[in-house]
Amino acid sequence: MKPVYMVAGGITKFSKASPKKDFRYMVKEAFDAAMADVPNLTLDQIDGSITSYFSDHFTRQLMAGIMVHDYLGLTPKPSKRIESGGATGGMCLQSAWEAIASGRMDVCLAVGFETMSHVNTWKGNEFIALASDTNFDYPVGGFYTGYYAMMVKRHMHEFGTTVEQLAAVSVKNHKNALHNPYAQFPAELTIADVLNSEMVADPLKRLDICVMSDGAASAILCSEEMAFKLTDKPILLSGVGTGTDAMRLSDRPSREVILLPHENPEDYKDLKYPGVHSFRGGRAAAKQAYKMANIQNPLEELDFVELHDAFTSSEIQTYEDLGLCKYGDGGKFIESGAANLDGKVPVNPSGGLLACGHPVGATGLMQAVFSFWQLQGSIAQHFGGDDTLQLKNAKRGLIHSHAGTGTYITATVMERGF
Amino acid sequence: MTQAGKTTPKLEEVEQGCVLYNLDPIIMKYHYEVDYIHSYAQDSPFFAGLSKGQLMGSKCTKCGSTFATPRSHCMNCGEPTEWMDLPLEAKVHTYTTCYFGGEEFLAETPFTLILVEWPGVDTFFLSRLIGVAPEDVYIGMPVKAKFRRLSQFKPTDVYFVTE
Ligand SMILES: [Zn+2]
Repeated sequence: MKPVYMVAGGITKFSKASPKKDFRYMVKEAFDAAMADVPNLTLDQIDGSITSYFSDHFTRQLMAGIMVHDYLGLTPKPSKRIESGGATGGMCLQSAWEAIASGRMDVCLAVGFETMSHVNTWKGNEFIALASDTNFDYPVGGFYTGYYAMMVKRHMHEFGTTVEQLAAVSVKNHKNALHNPYAQFPAELTIADVLNSEMVADPLKRLDICVMSDGAASAILCSEEMAFKLTDKPILLSGVGTGTDAMRLSDRPSREVILLPHENPEDYKDLKYPGVHSFRGGRAAAKQAYKMANIQNPLEELDFVELHDAFTSSEIQTYEDLGLCKYGDGGKFIESGAANLDGKVPVNPSGGLLACGHPVGATGLMQAVFSFWQLQGSIAQHFGGDDTLQLKNAKRGLIHSHAGTGTYITATVMERGF
Repeated sequence: MTQAGKTTPKLEEVEQGCVLYNLDPIIMKYHYEVDYIHSYAQDSPFFAGLSKGQLMGSKCTKCGSTFATPRSHCMNCGEPTEWMDLPLEAKVHTYTTCYFGGEEFLAETPFTLILVEWPGVDTFFLSRLIGVAPEDVYIGMPVKAKFRRLSQFKPTDVYFVTE
């Protein structure tokens, strides 16, 4: 496999609705933003694209991928559309990684978008719930927040996780976003604000849940030779991992915990795994990515993490899947401050999905772009001069993208290539 | 328009308008709806079972794995499964009460979802718990399956109650 670098990225400001620009125009904006950072790259040097969006229901247009590729002026070059639920953006990035790693392309564009504003929130929830089994799960009351609520109820039961710990994730991520001009929903919140927000599905409240968004994001990946021609600060994608689990939440028999290099079987003697409290696919993805990037202990070797916090509960569960702490210790991990901007391993310094928004097909790419800027040290340059979120000396980070109840999960390690 | 005996073709003017929300940019309502012909295929016996007051899971003919939601092939070894009756008495593995939801279920909120567990069955079953106040539900609560008298051939033909 050839080494794969990211040389530029772009994002539109995520918003509740973007009626003045359709999905093609939004992608173009995210693409132009990336191209502006690599002035030596011309359109004809791009060998092809991978496009991603989650739901044909939201676009009311099949084959929207080719419309994007066409709009950007990339026909007749290769292109394909990637769809994998909430992990669509992360999977798109990994598909572009494959195109470069295999030597098929020297420059590959990964672009993603979602336009969720075209239906009301309730219809939107229904469209998203169609990504649960339509024979057995959807008709019972198809609602993703409900599924995640059942998962975290069990996490609380097994490990003593509290609603205050969930709320702390919301407070942290919304606060980080105060310094991210791309964020849709930055806010200064207290634990009480989160606990007092409207109950959606017990124990998840309005402020435990990300909002729906319109938005697009892009990432340009290159071979080593092209990368150093285009920028003196390329970022290496040093590890990729992808995990899966059964479509139905109810359908995951207990097995052994998948151990990371720094863990022991004795850590989990009596733990039924994954149950519904943990995302086994997240652990599988992390394990592969760490192996490829040669990471032994993620807490010691990662400088930050951008993870899929569609729900505050998922962030806590994901600390554990990624091995930042042991299974069961996610609640204590947020409480300890380790995930704060000034903590041991800042998690979602951008504000995450909770505060930035979650235009599904763009989300995983948005994480790649924020991490890219973080590793380049170019946060201030891209955030209108505000360097509050710039982590000093960030050399290696991980991004994590996640589909409904943990069905598809991607983990990608990014590190300084300079 | 008639001109020297010739007629210029013209689209018929219709009386239906459109629902317009905004002019710049033009934002309008676009209705779309479909009747979909769905087959439960190999899972059909499960739904037929519900209509007869029977709750069925799957058991692997080779490795003996048991599934509380039908799977006609085993997810552990790939061999075909056979149907098995699930006991009508079970326990709550986890639960939530939904105060919001997708459009289709909004009118039914608040409703309580549970994952049902049986000892000796390797997976769970998603269902609704009826007639219990949200604050009274707990993990491990004994529950009992009940069936709608008028079957709709949906998984909601079965639901759970407490004694
Ligand atoms: Zn088997």
